[in-house]
Amino acid sequence: MIEAENLTKKFDDFVAVDSLSLSVPAGQVLALLGPNGAGKTTTVRMLSAILAPTTGRAIVAGFDVRQSPGEVRRRVGMLTEMPGLYLRMQAVEYLDFFGQLYGLGASQRQARAAALLSRFGMADAVDKRLSDYSKGMRQKLALIRSMLHDPPVLLLDEPTSAMDPQSARLVRDAIAALRGERHAIILCTHNLFEAEELADNIAIIRRGRIVEQGTMASLKSRLLGPPLMEVRLNAPLDGLLPDFFQRVQVVEQGDVWLRYQTEDPAVENPRLLRWLADRGAGVVTLSEVARSLEDVYLRVVAE
Amino acid sequence: MTTLAFGQKQKTWFDEAFVLLRRELMDTLRDWRIIVPIASLTLFFPFLMNLTAGLASEWVTKYGGAPIIGERIIPFLLMVVGFFPLSFSLVIALEVFVGEKERKSLEPLLASPLSDSQLYFGKALASMIPPLVASYLGIAVYLVGLKIFRGWQPAPELFVLVILLTTAKAVVMVSGAVVISSQTTSVRAANLLASFIIIPMALLMQGESLIMFWANYPVLWWILAALIVVNILLVRMGLHLFDREELLGREIDELNPRVVWLKFKGFWQSVEPGGPVERFTLRRVYTRDLPSILRRTGLATLTVVLALVAAMVGGWLYARSFPLPQRFWSPQALTMETLHSAPAVGFLPAFTAEAVLSNNIRSLLLGGLLAVFSFGALAVVLLMAPMGIIGFFMFQVAHWGMSPWLFFATFVMPHGLFELPAAVLATAAALRLGAAVLARSASPRLTVGEGWLAALADFVKVFVFATLPLLLIAAIVEVNLTLRVVLWAYGLH
Repeated sequence: MIEAENLTKKFDDFVAVDSLSLSVPAGQVLALLGPNGAGKTTTVRMLSAILAPTTGRAIVAGFDVRQSPGEVRRRVGMLTEMPGLYLRMQAVEYLDFFGQLYGLGASQRQARAAALLSRFGMADAVDKRLSDYSKGMRQKLALIRSMLHDPPVLLLDEPTSAMDPQSARLVRDAIAALRGERHAIILCTHNLFEAEELADNIAIIRRGRIVEQGTMASLKSRLLGPPLMEVRLNAPLDGLLPDFFQRVQVVEQGDVWLRYQTEDPAVENPRLLRWLADRGAGVVTLSEVARSLEDVYLRVVAE
Repeated sequence: MTTLAFGQKQKTWFDEAFVLLRRELMDTLRDWRIIVPIASLTLFFPFLMNLTAGLASEWVTKYGGAPIIGERIIPFLLMVVGFFPLSFSLVIALEVFVGEKERKSLEPLLASPLSDSQLYFGKALASMIPPLVASYLGIAVYLVGLKIFRGWQPAPELFVLVILLTTAKAVVMVSGAVVISSQTTSVRAANLLASFIIIPMALLMQGESLIMFWANYPVLWWILAALIVVNILLVRMGLHLFDREELLGREIDELNPRVVWLKFKGFWQSVEPGGPVERFTLRRVYTRDLPSILRRTGLATLTVVLALVAAMVGGWLYARSFPLPQRFWSPQALTMETLHSAPAVGFLPAFTAEAVLSNNIRSLLLGGLLAVFSFGALAVVLLMAPMGIIGFFMFQVAHWGMSPWLFFATFVMPHGLFELPAAVLATAAALRLGAAVLARSASPRLTVGEGWLAALADFVKVFVFATLPLLLIAAIVEVNLTLRVVLWAYGLH
């Protein structure tokens, strides 16, 4: 649904995006991560046919962003970094205006707006002026605007920023549901928990280039090494330690615990447990140490 | 997932632009800061002007003046009544274009399927309609008042002229505001730049008031034609600038004097605008910079030359309509003393090289300054005036049975050989400087602001390295040679 190949954008001598390639099939979410100024917004603007790429090519919803920008924009729902609402309008008027811009008929506009406002818990606030909305409500309304014409492609920049935890949950559920409905979604976010929860693929962008891309598992494996296991014992191993060190690659240790990495936990862990039991060592727990997207991100960005 | 929008019947270009137009209008009409002053100007100001017209007329009659003086104020006030509500079109346009950019509500619009031209026209019309309606209403209220209280009604030509001029000015202000908006990201910065629109409009109003007072309506038609040309240029420029790439790709956050100075310095130090900075030497200026500037100002130079020829022809034709009797001037009366005492008339400089030089420098610099606020037009007009006078005297001389060419060759040419090219070069550079805010800059990589700074650098280079030396030579020749040539040619001493 979204295919970008060597996408580059230059502003005079400044290269904002440099030979960026990515692919997002229908029904998948790609999280685009990176520090401020890395080129995420410019990438999204090119994919939504607001900016033309300097070189490279992107096909979005079946249309080339350079050759058919109007058709691309018709099929993309974009949530910008700032909600950018018209504060003198009411929610219904606002959505009606954007519905008209996207060519929806009157009955469709009404039905879609009502359904989405209700879905995001905003049905009671439709008569309020948008200037009276809280930051979170404004963000939700902007998200509704991007979903109003039911576009096959959604480009969401910080969709849950400024939202309370309950609203953020609502939005994350909505994004998960949209993925289930075969939308292709690009999610730009600094919220790594959100990215980890929602994304099928992660792309980390730095200085305009994608420096890492893949599934969460593959990124962890590639950047953080094999899975990390922790075994806790009821007493120190003492004399058994030299043998233990020979069996697995120990990376950290305490009095009654050890952490080791193994390429194949399914084979290695039962074998290790048997070896410890045969030597009378009391195993309290054996578990995998959780490694977050934050570890991956910080590793990449620090480089 | 459904495809809600894609199966819809295609709307026309105007239908889609109208959606935006309607929203913008609704937004403006909900803003009391705009509506209250417009309504006041529409409803109360015309009554005040009616009263003023009546009082002025009575005052003139009371003190023995010709009633026509009072009567002539009425059409001028008609124009003022129309213009005041119109001034809000600039406020609304800046709010609608740059205000939206500042509030970050523009990007969702840019992400919509609307084309750049639909966005431009939707917003531009929305900025124009409320002030124009208010303006027409104000004119109607004023005219109804005049009809009821003074029994006066405008000639059809005057009425049509005022309506067309008012509309043309609205278009100038809105399309100018779009150009300004595209160069700024805050309403504050845009308001500062808006003086480039307000000052020419104020000058134009003053000019129109004089013309109305003399009831010289054919001149107003010419002004209307000029406004239409400016409108076409501004709309063309606005359409070019109001595209997604320009709006989001170039962001100038504030007017930073240091950045402005550095940019100017860059243009000063390079031969071509935006080209590499090179060592600045006199040799470089005369062998590369000036020839390059002359190429860039070719069209402006041609325009100035044609305008000067037109001014001379105009002066000639005017003199033909109002010839002076020969007793006004006789070549036999010319002596060195009479020529030297000419400055005693009052408006001519003292007849020394320093005074002539400083007068010429002042005039041409004033032309450059006026050019900035008049899209270049006033610089040309300023230079046309003396050429018109030369044309006028050439006819008079011919009318008195002498050779106009001898007159031109002796009174004008000796120093004119240097002074005329100096003035043409400086005025062409000034014209280009003023027009730089209307036209796409020579290099597509430059913004309008950068294009203007490049034109300013060109103007300064031309003035310092071409105009000043030529004016210096011209002043010396004028004081020391021209008079002798005149006396010699006419066989006098």
